[in-house]
Amino acid sequence: MKQAILELTDIVKTFPGVKALDGASLNVYAGKVMALMGENGAGKSTLMKVLSGVYQADSGSIRFKDQPVQFSNPRQSQLAGISIIHQELNLIEHLTIAENIFLGREPTTRMGRIDWQTMFSQADKLLAKLKVKHSAKTLLSELSLGEQQMVEIAKALSMDAQVIIMDEPTDALTDNETESLFNIIRELSAQGCGIVYISHRLKEIFTICDDITVLRDGKFIAQAAIADIDEDKMIELMVGRQLDEQYPYQNSCREQTCLSVKGLSGHGIDNISFDLKQGEILGFSGLMGAGRTELMKLIFGALNKHQGQVHLNGVELKINNCRDALDQGIVYISEDRKGDGLLLSQSVKHNMSVCSLPLLSKFGHINQQLEQQQVAQFIELFNIKTPHQNQTIGLLSGGNQQKVAIAKALMLTPKVVILDEPTRGVDVGARKEIYQLINQFKQQGLAIIMVSSDMPELLGLSDRIMVMHQGQISAEFSRQQATQEKLLAAAVGKTQCEEC
Amino acid sequence: MNTQTPVASTTTNNKRISQWLIEQKSLIALLLLIVVVSLINPNFFSVDNLLNILRQTSVNAIIAVGMTLVILTAGIDLSVGSVLALCGALAASLIGMEVPILVAIPTALLAGATLGAISGIIIAKGKVQAFIATLVTMTLLRGVTMVYTDGRPVSTGFTDVADQFAWFGTGSALGIPIPVWLMVIVFAAIWYLLNHTRFGRYIYAIGGNESAARLSGINVDRVKIGVYALCGTLAALAAIIVTSRLSSAQPTAGMGYELDAIAAVVLGGTSLAGGRGRITGTLIGALIIGFLNNALNLLDVSSYYQMIVKASVILLAVMIDNKQK
Repeated sequence: MKQAILELTDIVKTFPGVKALDGASLNVYAGKVMALMGENGAGKSTLMKVLSGVYQADSGSIRFKDQPVQFSNPRQSQLAGISIIHQELNLIEHLTIAENIFLGREPTTRMGRIDWQTMFSQADKLLAKLKVKHSAKTLLSELSLGEQQMVEIAKALSMDAQVIIMDEPTDALTDNETESLFNIIRELSAQGCGIVYISHRLKEIFTICDDITVLRDGKFIAQAAIADIDEDKMIELMVGRQLDEQYPYQNSCREQTCLSVKGLSGHGIDNISFDLKQGEILGFSGLMGAGRTELMKLIFGALNKHQGQVHLNGVELKINNCRDALDQGIVYISEDRKGDGLLLSQSVKHNMSVCSLPLLSKFGHINQQLEQQQVAQFIELFNIKTPHQNQTIGLLSGGNQQKVAIAKALMLTPKVVILDEPTRGVDVGARKEIYQLINQFKQQGLAIIMVSSDMPELLGLSDRIMVMHQGQISAEFSRQQATQEKLLAAAVGKTQCEEC
Repeated sequence: MNTQTPVASTTTNNKRISQWLIEQKSLIALLLLIVVVSLINPNFFSVDNLLNILRQTSVNAIIAVGMTLVILTAGIDLSVGSVLALCGALAASLIGMEVPILVAIPTALLAGATLGAISGIIIAKGKVQAFIATLVTMTLLRGVTMVYTDGRPVSTGFTDVADQFAWFGTGSALGIPIPVWLMVIVFAAIWYLLNHTRFGRYIYAIGGNESAARLSGINVDRVKIGVYALCGTLAALAAIIVTSRLSSAQPTAGMGYELDAIAAVVLGGTSLAGGRGRITGTLIGALIIGFLNNALNLLDVSSYYQMIVKASVILLAVMIDNKQK
């Protein structure tokens, strides 16, 4: 077997009350891409934090280039040649690309003044290497998310990183950006970089990685070459049990139109109309920035429409704000749990009931017994894993947070449910449960809109899929017609194919 | 609770006790302060002195309650001192004109509510940062007070109405001073508001994540305006106590009160980032400041040093709090 450039062996890390890592191991090989897989809470992030020196391991060893190492802070690991690109980028918006790349390590003249010329020219060289078409003097805020990620990579390269760890790098990227990221990864590994790739998206793992390492409950489970493994086997290793069919589609048989959107415009949305039946899942596909979230927020009243109408069961709705939409049975579950979905510092109970308080109170006084009952009911129904209702929601896993977000909306017994990226940042096991919940709502006759960038999920669950491009609907496919290629073609704005 | 097994609940009970102790550290600090000072100076622990401290604390405590609400929404209200001065001047001149107290006092409170609401509207509708908006109203209202009073104290006069009015600051019921009763009532009411009403829940939600609150159907602007109006009302109530006690309104009254109130809130463990904190914490915070002032007086510490001690205590408390997070 080839020699690893970086070896983490039997790492144990205990936090008060939790054993986050319990014999986790990982080998990284020069010139190879290693996938690090595991459900949320399996210990991937903790392991990476131990590696980069954010946490100190209780026991276990780290060997880098055949030397035992121990980093007491991230700066040390960076200087040694290990860089982590976090899911949430550590960049400063009002600074230029070059300033971001050299933040804290600015080249200086002998007088201690920043040597701008060297800095910009070095940064430009790095950017050229990564095929970024911006000058190093461009402000970071002018870049797309994908380009910002390239800046993070440039930063890693500027420190001569030999191991680069990427944590969910494609979560916010469009398909095009993902493709160019993959090209960069291939180039980096060809130059001898060892890469650790963390992602929930199995497709990507098979596209880009050479080997995989699976963690479960903080333990090392398996390491294998990607060629020797298939998707089912990988999921089985991750969850420790077999998952039956990943996308449990159920036929819908109702015909009554529930929601009908007519000529909706505003905030970049241009004259969109569509109908939604009871018990139907309507998928929305499209690239980032195509206006999917904006459309949903227009329907929900979170953004003001310039034109158009929304009808529910044949009656035109007057929606001026979110409360109006909620009161009339339209709920929206945000794509961005942290940003505008949940109150992360507050309890499960308070999060779940916040929309329903008007129903749970009289003259402003909250009936706390009733509230507790309802919350308990949903915790059970949705199988939400929380020690108690007063647990701070930020401490739950992504999957459980998402379930609370959905429960919060469903507590209002809505007629139309809009799910925006319902499984972003959710691990495989919880994903399955969320799909089953969505199907349950469907069976109950709820009309469901699902916005998703995860194509297999969209294809697997939707009855119909609409594709958006630049604020308009560029195509509509039935479940039978839709394929990944067609969706993508419509999303990038190619003229619609003949058969649809 | 029903998701727990019995075994798990005993261990979580232990955990909860230690958690509770940590959360109550400001209370423990307060008790410690009382014990230490009463050992040094036996006069400290007399009923008279304790009631005296409570009465002195009441004005800051009542303002700090309003400040807590504002800070829970991730805002700040620097204008409370100026609102106090203007409402005090208004109350004093109404009493001076022998307007019955049942009209004069509600008028002063309503004025406080209106002035607070104006700050709230500037913040919510005008999208001005709370710090800036209330810095403006602070300066503006101080100016209005100066113009209104011509820079001179306003006496409540020597009428029957003035005597009735004086009761609020100097009277007592069941042996307890009226300002202390008012403080207790205000705390109880706001405790109920925060823990048992929709409005209270919305205050926490807005401070926790404003855009999530908006998407959850909360009328964020209305709640914010309401909170600033409440804060103004409580500043007006404090004004009535101060004015009543002195039988006159000083145009410079309430200067620096906003900082004492903020100190009490912060000592009570409420996060300036909003969304987290308790009203009981604010009560304890206000009491700590009150007891500390009194103790330093009894111990003959000069008022110059008192400021330094006070500042050090607040800094220490906040740093301990940060460490735990």
